Amino acid sequence: MNTETETSASERAPPASNGRRVVILGALSAIAVATARIYAGEGARLLLVARNGERLDRIAADLRARGAASVDTAAIDLASEAANARQHLSGWVKTIGGIDHALLFYGYLGDQSAAQTDPEELSRILAVNFTSAAQWSEAIAAHYRKQDRGALVVISSVAGDRGRQSNYAYGAAKGGISLFIQGLAHSLAPTGAHATAIKLGFVDTPMTDGMDKSGPLWATPAQVAPMIHKAAEKGGPFHYGPWFWRWIMLIIRSVPAFIMHRTKL
Amino acid sequence: MPPDQNQLFQPTEKLVSWGRVVRAPHRLAKPGHPDELAPLIESLTPEEPGLAIGLRRSYGDSNLNPNGAVIDMTGLDAMIAFDRDSGLMRAEAGVSLSQCLQVLVPSGWFLPTTPGSRFVTLGGAVANDVHGKNHHSAGTFGASVTRLGLRRSDSEPQTLERGDPLFHATIGGLGLTGVIEWVEFQAVRIPSAYLDAEDISFANVNDYFELMKERGASFEHTMAWIDCLAGGDQLGRGVLSLANWSEKGGLKPHREDPRLAVPFNAPGFALNTASVKAFNTAYNALKKTREGASHPHYEPFLYPLDSIANWNRMYGSKGFFQYQSVIPPDAAQDVTVDMLQAIAASGQGSFLAVIKTFGSAEPVGLLSFPMEGVTLALDFPNKGETTQNLMRRLDDIVTAAGGRLYPAKDGRISAETFKAGYPQWEGFNQFVDPVLSSGFWRRVTQ
Ligand SMILES: Cc1cc2nc3c(=O)[nH]c(=O)nc-3n(C[C@H](O)[C@H](O)[C@H](O)COP(=O)(O)OP(=O)(O)OC[C@H]3O[C@@H](n4cnc5c(N)ncnc54)[C@H](O)[C@@H]3O)c2cc1C
Repeated sequence: MNTETETSASERAPPASNGRRVVILGALSAIAVATARIYAGEGARLLLVARNGERLDRIAADLRARGAASVDTAAIDLASEAANARQHLSGWVKTIGGIDHALLFYGYLGDQSAAQTDPEELSRILAVNFTSAAQWSEAIAAHYRKQDRGALVVISSVAGDRGRQSNYAYGAAKGGISLFIQGLAHSLAPTGAHATAIKLGFVDTPMTDGMDKSGPLWATPAQVAPMIHKAAEKGGPFHYGPWFWRWIMLIIRSVPAFIMHRTKL
Repeated sequence: MPPDQNQLFQPTEKLVSWGRVVRAPHRLAKPGHPDELAPLIESLTPEEPGLAIGLRRSYGDSNLNPNGAVIDMTGLDAMIAFDRDSGLMRAEAGVSLSQCLQVLVPSGWFLPTTPGSRFVTLGGAVANDVHGKNHHSAGTFGASVTRLGLRRSDSEPQTLERGDPLFHATIGGLGLTGVIEWVEFQAVRIPSAYLDAEDISFANVNDYFELMKERGASFEHTMAWIDCLAGGDQLGRGVLSLANWSEKGGLKPHREDPRLAVPFNAPGFALNTASVKAFNTAYNALKKTREGASHPHYEPFLYPLDSIANWNRMYGSKGFFQYQSVIPPDAAQDVTVDMLQAIAASGQGSFLAVIKTFGSAEPVGLLSFPMEGVTLALDFPNKGETTQNLMRRLDDIVTAAGGRLYPAKDGRISAETFKAGYPQWEGFNQFVDPVLSSGFWRRVTQ
């Protein structure tokens, strides 16, 4: 019994400090924090981006205490600054000396029923989750093409796999960004860089507060973070998180419309 | 006008403590950033009080506020600072001991002391002034705390230090003296993440006391497991586990997630007397084969139950009681025999019984549970009135011996029993924030 514990414990050895330079867009999301903590434990150099500077400072201190080699922050509105993505990125490259991984976590769930009557809400859902995310991704890809390496991970959603009455605005934007990243991965293939979209299922975060979280399908940020971290390492155009969503969505996608239309999904 | 509680808190029927016996509706809020705390506290009133809670590893009702508001602190889980040279760690109160270890261990530090579960928050560790297998050498967790950040309804957020009366009321203060925002404590150096351990079985409880006299002092970690079903001259037979930090093995932290889970409540028959008996005998046999020296990682040694998530559900939907007492040294041996006899006679097998000798360190907290003497911790499946009767018998034995019970484990003792064990409670009462309360506190102060 003891020997078994010892061997499995040695497999768990924290990797030595690797000095990887990582940019995290939407660094205040619960999933981003959990993922950044893995990088911090490896001694990475982190640059955190989100709107609220005070809240960023709190997360920066947390990541430093957990072992990050350095943590810088940039307080900007990622949705409205997406058009200036290249300028921001070149500034950040100077701050941390380069970019090895970039991860995009921010999103806006919005309100589907409001989006059906309020054009502002509809365009906000589409602009934040699709347009701005695509602009940031393209700017990061431009940087990677120059250096012939780098990893981009964009957090998408299983909601993008089939349009459903309960959230098709959000779903369409997420489905769009998944498709965009699939194409971007293709275009990066000749270089050493890669891009990956992660389609997450239900994750217990403040964004999903108000939903009933009792079922077995709910994962915690700490459970999905290791797979996001691994996807950045390994690449591959899509990942489902957790894995079983791949099969759930396969089924959901194949439900014929005449049956789907009788459900409240 | 205070902010409206109903807008800030969500109703829930699902909140239970680790024992899963007490069932009551609550209003719940889970702040994700420290700046969300102030309005939550402002919304509490003496008529509609609240309580800050952690990972709900307390068993009874000291971490519940039936029909009232609770602030789940586990979203406030950021580290604030860690000095790898001095071992001083400062973190928000919702950080778990498990997360602390992930940061401490690779740089050669460890918690000064730890309870038998790492899924406990710093706030909970302070509010119950928790103890571990090294109490006789390290004292309680509170003994390592250098500073605390506390938020009360009647003052600005404050930083408390050793010597400040409110500091000592907050350590072991059951969450009643204010909401603990952050905790700073001094970690201890470890040469490796492994221990040099030794297991010795003893034939009865008197042999435990002999063994401890002979061997106890040369080990940092000591505790013993007792088979509660054996009677006669085997009464209190068990296995004593002794360990010191090892020089060998490296500094790997544990794996964060439990590997096994009990996903639903086990059916009622799962833990009847026969199965407890089988379990205890099997466990005894297992321990015997391991008897002698071993070199375990700290995870299985300090946290044997944490490898199974939700093991508390093995007791079925009625839940279970934990009963933990401490008896002053002079009476300890005789009284422990009396207690074990009462349990053996009742036939209410205890699944886990743990015995540990506390050291003589002065309590740091005004209401801290540990004191010099011997502590016995027992699990009883909830069988209604028969279980309650047995525990009342034990209460009488403990009270008569000048002992007391651990509030973290309790959901049932009478006000008289509590007040007899903690005569200092009246002095403590002046530190209670008028907008904070718990099921436990209302019961034992009525
Ligand atoms: C398997 C197991 C083994 C255990 N072994 C031991 C042991 O060996 N020694 C020991 O001493 N205990 C032991 N315990 C008990 C456990 O250590 C305590 O109950 C601990 O206080 C639980 O912490 P928590 O975070 O779960 O807090 P909770 O149980 O949620 O709350 C505990 C108390 O802390 C207060 N509190 C929590 N957070 C705050 C905050 N931020 N501000 C103010 N008050 C707060 C609550 O109001 C409550 O009074 C064990 C428990 C389990 C499940």
